[in-house]
Amino acid sequence: MERIKRLSLKNNGPAADLKDIPLLDYEAFYEHVADLLNDEQNHCLSYHGVRSGKNLILYCFMAKDADNSIEVCAHEVAVETAVLKSLSALHPAMHIFEREIHENHGVAFEGHPWMKPLRYPCDRHNRKNTIDTYPFYSIGGEELHEVGVGPVHAGVIEPGHFRFICNGEKVLHLEIQLGYQHRGVETLFTTSDNGLQRAILSESVAGDTAVGHALAHSQLVESLAGIEISADLKAERCIALEMERLAIHIGDTAALCGDVAYQTGQVVCEALRTQVINTTQLWCGNRFGKGLVRPGGTNYPLNDDIAHEILNLLEDTGRRFREITDSIYSSPSVLGRFDEIGTLTRKQGFLAGVTGPSARMCGIVRDIRKTHPFQYYSAINFRPIVLDTGDVLARGMIRNLEAFQSMTLIKELITEWTKMDKRGSSRPVYDYKPKPDTFSISLVEGWRGEICHIAMTGNDGKLSHYRVKDPSMHNWTALALAVRNQEISDFPVCNKSFNLSYCGHDL
Amino acid sequence: MTGIVFILLTAFFFPGIILRTKNIASGRKGPGIFQPMKDLRVLLKKGSIFSPTTGIIFRIAPSITLSAILCASLLIPFAGNAAPLSFEGDFIFFAYILAMGRFFSIIGALDTGSSFEGMGANREAFFSMLIEPAFFILLAAFAMFTGYTSFSDIFPHFYVSESDYALIYSIIGCFLLVQIAMVETSRVPVDDPKTHLELTMIHEVMILDNSGFDKALIHIGTYLKFAIFGSLIFNSIVPAGWHFLLQSALFMLIQVVFAIAIGLLESFRARNKMNKNPKYLLTISAIAMIAFVVTLIITKKLM
Repeated sequence: MERIKRLSLKNNGPAADLKDIPLLDYEAFYEHVADLLNDEQNHCLSYHGVRSGKNLILYCFMAKDADNSIEVCAHEVAVETAVLKSLSALHPAMHIFEREIHENHGVAFEGHPWMKPLRYPCDRHNRKNTIDTYPFYSIGGEELHEVGVGPVHAGVIEPGHFRFICNGEKVLHLEIQLGYQHRGVETLFTTSDNGLQRAILSESVAGDTAVGHALAHSQLVESLAGIEISADLKAERCIALEMERLAIHIGDTAALCGDVAYQTGQVVCEALRTQVINTTQLWCGNRFGKGLVRPGGTNYPLNDDIAHEILNLLEDTGRRFREITDSIYSSPSVLGRFDEIGTLTRKQGFLAGVTGPSARMCGIVRDIRKTHPFQYYSAINFRPIVLDTGDVLARGMIRNLEAFQSMTLIKELITEWTKMDKRGSSRPVYDYKPKPDTFSISLVEGWRGEICHIAMTGNDGKLSHYRVKDPSMHNWTALALAVRNQEISDFPVCNKSFNLSYCGHDL
Repeated sequence: MTGIVFILLTAFFFPGIILRTKNIASGRKGPGIFQPMKDLRVLLKKGSIFSPTTGIIFRIAPSITLSAILCASLLIPFAGNAAPLSFEGDFIFFAYILAMGRFFSIIGALDTGSSFEGMGANREAFFSMLIEPAFFILLAAFAMFTGYTSFSDIFPHFYVSESDYALIYSIIGCFLLVQIAMVETSRVPVDDPKTHLELTMIHEVMILDNSGFDKALIHIGTYLKFAIFGSLIFNSIVPAGWHFLLQSALFMLIQVVFAIAIGLLESFRARNKMNKNPKYLLTISAIAMIAFVVTLIITKKLM
């Protein structure tokens, strides 16, 4: 086989020229990607199509954890006639990307096992596919029954439809149908040239990951426009990201307790989460960290008072959280509900392509902070926490352990930050000028997992394509796998333990 | 008649005390103890909305269930006076009039044609079937012990019998009745009345389609059940011969302690996994069985 030209990038690195991306023919592309995916240390960050006249260029971004690099390759097809051999047949984790390409551009993939609509975008290829005509999987049989839940749920839950096929109380199959939240986020990034609008939009990709997505966006813009930021801002951003992680992990612990009717754990953790997000509010005026991370600078530089407040918070919250988690994870009635429920095996995790805590709880070491370090993470010693049981208990426990890890990280970062030269007030940059015909990729390890933003510029220097990949996209499949052969009454606690985003998936 | 008045009176503040206990135990302020009653008043003023898929059964089920529970409350004696309704073997009537109420709420749920409610009805039928032996075996032990088969005869003769074992019996009876009451009224650990997750519900999911006035009737039924089981507990603890005023005071006290106990039990434990429930329920029956065997030995009917 001829040697393939490669383009290798680093996360958080400078923008690269679009013309440097090797354009392969499909045979070579297919073999190269399939070959890379055979190695457990590689996974696909994004595989998406960009229109170029009558043709479609499919870009594949592959994360290689072994040497901390990202490899990019592409393939060009004529949209109307294209019938491609499906990569999902070999590597099921690619299924969602191929479904997306099929839905948006009508490219057919031969041998794809599950070619269903994904999110019904307005400009989808086949307008006849509507959310009402979704082709549900079904099994015949007198003893089976179907239970449909949603799209409207009780409580404050986003819309999504779950269809269970059950034998009595046992779930044989769960199909998750999303798309109700589609807002056209990716298109909105390119329709306006207003940097402030884009920054606000990035915070709203998934409301519970405002800091994570804003950071991914800011990083991307800085890379495209060649903006350098100071080390202390990098540290501040990491503190913000860890504060978000801490708040969500504590909140999720509360919700897990709530789902099994353990009131004490629920109310104590809810109160602790409030303390954390209130401290974020003290810092930037918003409890969810909106407005905190902006491209090129910040409106809310960290100061000694706030740093002191954060340290006080960690002291108090850390102690109380340890007390309550000790009692949660030593209570037999709670353990009985978590232990060996909704197990995702390591193999299933790989097949589904899980990321974030959902990967680390079943023995898959995937943490962007370690493998593709961004911002200040490259300067600190970070070791991902990995558990291997893959059940609800592991997902609860990894939240518990990561919350404490976040506290340690924040303390470390603040210590480093205190020693730094503080730059003058660098204000956010909204009228940035990206270089023409370039592209960049930005990865962030949000609390839910790997957030990937990719942007490409046209020859006029404006953003021509923007791509967002939220960790939920792959992790939803993992949830569907985890509830197989479980009791249907354990679905809510399994669902909560993954805590996936509907709008992050639907964009 | 005093018994009935007392049962109605305690049912009035029972749910409020549970709620208040749970709020205090979780460090929250929470609403006052009459909040459930205020909610009930709002519901009673509202009309009911019926889904077009439901039929007559769904409409009459809440009323039948409530009247069955009211009828059951007529069988409970108080302070040595016979209950308004009493006859030999009335404890069987008591169990099955409650079961009939439940039967109607189950077919009412099935009448909606919803997969959720069918699931809930299925669980309710299964779990209430499993708790039934516990109640009968316990009552059979009481009947053997005293030699009577009516509530109004069993309780007055509880402490006057020759045996010194009455206290042990009242304690076992009290323990079992608390457990049975928790299951009958759909509380933690078998069910969780507070959850919003339909897939985990048992009783709550059966009444999803009920609204307004009908829903109020269902709530009143549940509150009454608390008070009925509370008064059974009272009857098995307090000797019928004591002074009427003392008995009245103790009745109130026991109801309040019972409500607080439910609140505390719910605050500090999680609910069972659904497939552990059968084991849990059969364990309650097994404890009742032990009590029964011991009675046989004491009354020299065995060995």
